[in-house]
Amino acid sequence: MARPAGLNLDGKYPSYVDRGLEKAVMDTAESPLARLALGLSVGPARGRTPGLDRVVCYHCGESCSDDTFCRVEKVFCCQGCLVVHELLAENGLEQFYSLSQHPGVRVRPARSRERWTYLDEEKLQRQLLDFTDGNSSRITLLIPAIHCVACVWLLENLFRLHPGVGKTQVNFPRREVSISFAPARIKLSELIALLASIGYDPQLTLGELTRTPKTSTRQRQWLQVGIAGFAFGNIMLFSLPAYLGLDSLSGPLFRALFGYLSLGLAIPVVVYSASDYWRSSWLSIRQRVLTLDVPITLGLAALYAQSAWEILSRHGEGYLDSLAGLVFFLLCGRVFQQKTQDRIVFDRDYKSFFPLAVTRKKGLGEEHVAISNLQVGDRLLLRNGELIPADARLVSGQALIDYSFVTGEADPVTKHAGDYLYAGGQQVGATVEVETLKPVSQSYLTSLWGHEAFQKKHGEHLNTLTNEYSRRFTRIVVVVAAAAALFWIFRGDTARGLKAFASVLIVACPCALALAAPFTLGTAQRLLARLQIFLKNALVLERLAQVDAIVFDKTGTLTSAQNNTVQFHPAQSTRGALSTLECRWVRLLTCHSLHPHSTRISGYIKDEAETSAGLPVPTTTSFPLDEIQRFTETPGRGISGRVEGHELLLGSKAWLEQSGVLVPDLPPISGSVSGLAIDGEFRGFFVFANALRPETERLVRALGQTHELALLSGDNERERGQFERLFGLNSRLHFNQTPTDKLSFVQALQESGKTVMMVGDGLNDAGALKQSDVGVAVVEQVGAFSPASDLIVAAGQVPRLADILAFARTSVRVVHWSFAISGLYNLVGISIAAAGVLSPIICAILMPLSSITVVLFACGATSLAARRSGLSANRRSPTPLDFSPS
Amino acid sequence: MSVILILILASLGLATAFLAGFIWAVKSGQFEDTCTPSMRILTDETVPPTKPNTALKPIKNLN
Repeated sequence: MARPAGLNLDGKYPSYVDRGLEKAVMDTAESPLARLALGLSVGPARGRTPGLDRVVCYHCGESCSDDTFCRVEKVFCCQGCLVVHELLAENGLEQFYSLSQHPGVRVRPARSRERWTYLDEEKLQRQLLDFTDGNSSRITLLIPAIHCVACVWLLENLFRLHPGVGKTQVNFPRREVSISFAPARIKLSELIALLASIGYDPQLTLGELTRTPKTSTRQRQWLQVGIAGFAFGNIMLFSLPAYLGLDSLSGPLFRALFGYLSLGLAIPVVVYSASDYWRSSWLSIRQRVLTLDVPITLGLAALYAQSAWEILSRHGEGYLDSLAGLVFFLLCGRVFQQKTQDRIVFDRDYKSFFPLAVTRKKGLGEEHVAISNLQVGDRLLLRNGELIPADARLVSGQALIDYSFVTGEADPVTKHAGDYLYAGGQQVGATVEVETLKPVSQSYLTSLWGHEAFQKKHGEHLNTLTNEYSRRFTRIVVVVAAAAALFWIFRGDTARGLKAFASVLIVACPCALALAAPFTLGTAQRLLARLQIFLKNALVLERLAQVDAIVFDKTGTLTSAQNNTVQFHPAQSTRGALSTLECRWVRLLTCHSLHPHSTRISGYIKDEAETSAGLPVPTTTSFPLDEIQRFTETPGRGISGRVEGHELLLGSKAWLEQSGVLVPDLPPISGSVSGLAIDGEFRGFFVFANALRPETERLVRALGQTHELALLSGDNERERGQFERLFGLNSRLHFNQTPTDKLSFVQALQESGKTVMMVGDGLNDAGALKQSDVGVAVVEQVGAFSPASDLIVAAGQVPRLADILAFARTSVRVVHWSFAISGLYNLVGISIAAAGVLSPIICAILMPLSSITVVLFACGATSLAARRSGLSANRRSPTPLDFSPS
Repeated sequence: MSVILILILASLGLATAFLAGFIWAVKSGQFEDTCTPSMRILTDETVPPTKPNTALKPIKNLN
């Protein structure tokens, strides 16, 4: 759990008592806030240890520096947390707090139930509910906030909070909860409101409507393994008397009985457990490709036919134990490989990003309407942070649209009434009204998914390592079998010839070959998953090993919003740095604006004050709104206001000059800039740099030696200099790239013969990720939205990309070695078989032995390789509770 | 030797019973999520045991 260690909450807490002292402390210049005011560059407050003087919320564990609420020695950060606590206490659910430290989820400001009323529409419910019969319904919801054992407990005790709720079951790895409820007593909208009121907002996006449960295929796999294992064990039991030479004792009756029983037990194995192999080999024959499934099914058929003939004609006891064992091992390998992280979804499209409903204007009032019911010409209200669902026109006022997720442009753009707004942007600031111009499915953002890159399928299952081997292998086996048969037939021993033919097919059944890749790649996949690097499937590793060109996206991939730095550069001419008092004014001014720059400046000052021991922070509470006068925000320009008798202006250079401030020429700096003027005098400027993620430089250097690198960014060129230094002057850096440009770039690179890995994070990279041979999506939070990709990497692991690539190459080498080992076994087996002297007991020993050696080698060598590449999982041993979103 | 017949029947019967148990477990979704039950068991039941509304018992296997 990456939460701040909780404090002993029995003590007394000064922060809400000592406000009177604030002013006095503020005026002492010894504090780090003063250091900040002197213009010293201080990075963002990351990784700071929770000081002893920090008060954390009893419910959610967040620091309570702003407004504090308290009840009987318990401190809460906000009204919401307090309400939840009281609700839980009333219903006898206080145990919640003993299960984990500060287990709660910070509750967002209460919203009315009306927000979800659209959910009560029957048509929508039919798509959302798993089941309903009028009296009781069941729904499965994705709740990203689930993070600890206490969440599981609380959600499964939901029925105590409302009589209409029935049984609730949480699936922790998938962050899903399925809830039974009585629609007559609690409507779906009320249920969602109840969940939201205790902090567990379910994810209700357009993608939820098309989500399909994976359960059926997984259940089928388990059943197939179980039945094969059952048959394997029992047939082996019946075969033992024959192997141990007890036949003479038990007599012909038992021999026949055992034979028939085995034959019967093997039927479900061949028909049901191995059904997927029959199907896929039939498919590959029709496509005229020799996949590994072909020799497997060939072997299965030969095994069953030979055994049936031997048993029915009372010639012997057959090879049924080998057959069942073979299928059992193969299926185990498949389960091992496919048992990956369920909670990671790789094939998301824009639908997972779009909300299920928007606010539509209706007459004088407003209503929430499902996106699927949205029509061209509808007037929509977009609040702060809400998404434009379809291409639209701004009806009135000015909007500030953040397109960072769609285009990669870091700064929001200003739009005026009548401007065309592309879908996918998010409004920042006040509520605006827009009129939709296109249906959701035909808008700019969604049209990207219509691109051919999304239509074609990578021929994944055909060009794998295993299939390359199997193509040669199958031919050799068939040739050897035919040659052996012909050899014995020409020597006049037809019976022996037929036996040799069947024996070669039986013994060559490439069990070990089929297990080598799944176990190597499956182990690798598992080791990487512990480091929060998730592979879509094991084949991605094979393609990773071939990558020779890497394309990076800039925003969110190499740089990160969390690492953004703000620096204050005081103007040289005047009095130098800001005083602590002036800092306070600036924070007060920026507190009232929602522009990202304002929040960053505000957070910067607050962070600095917070890191310094015990310094009270100027907050909205300590400076209520009425202390600022004439606050105005000019979108795209700046903000101004009057604080404690001083005029403050904060904004672009041009705007300051317009307002009559003398602004000196700014030195050339990368990053965007906001100037500050107090009482008409220019005091300096804040610089916002998109900071690189830690260790990015090392990564780029390391990769640059072995791979061709390129950088694509939707952002403008102002940071070109910084990246030229990083990538080298001759590297390919492209700025102002649209999503389609990125896709074409990757395509062009592929056409020049490169195997391309694209590393990106947003919807703007979705096309390029899809087009590339390996698409790597970088996510800040595992399980959160990421565009369709082959590999999902937690942001913190990006510096390890070079290690991952090296590890992929080693893993593929391990697969080759495993093939060599299984080839050796096959050489021995086939020699015996071709001689026509194969007996069931040799088969029964040779097959498991070869399989087990290969499996042990594959797993062992891969783990060793991981340790060598520094990707060992020992560094960090995750517990189930380690999926914390915080 | 005919006692072996009885033993074979017994062993097959037992094995089939176990197989049936396994099939039931898979069908009732016990293999869907092997992580959450291990967390659930850690929480003591100290709250007065009010049962969830039994009228709302979910239909067992919907898949």
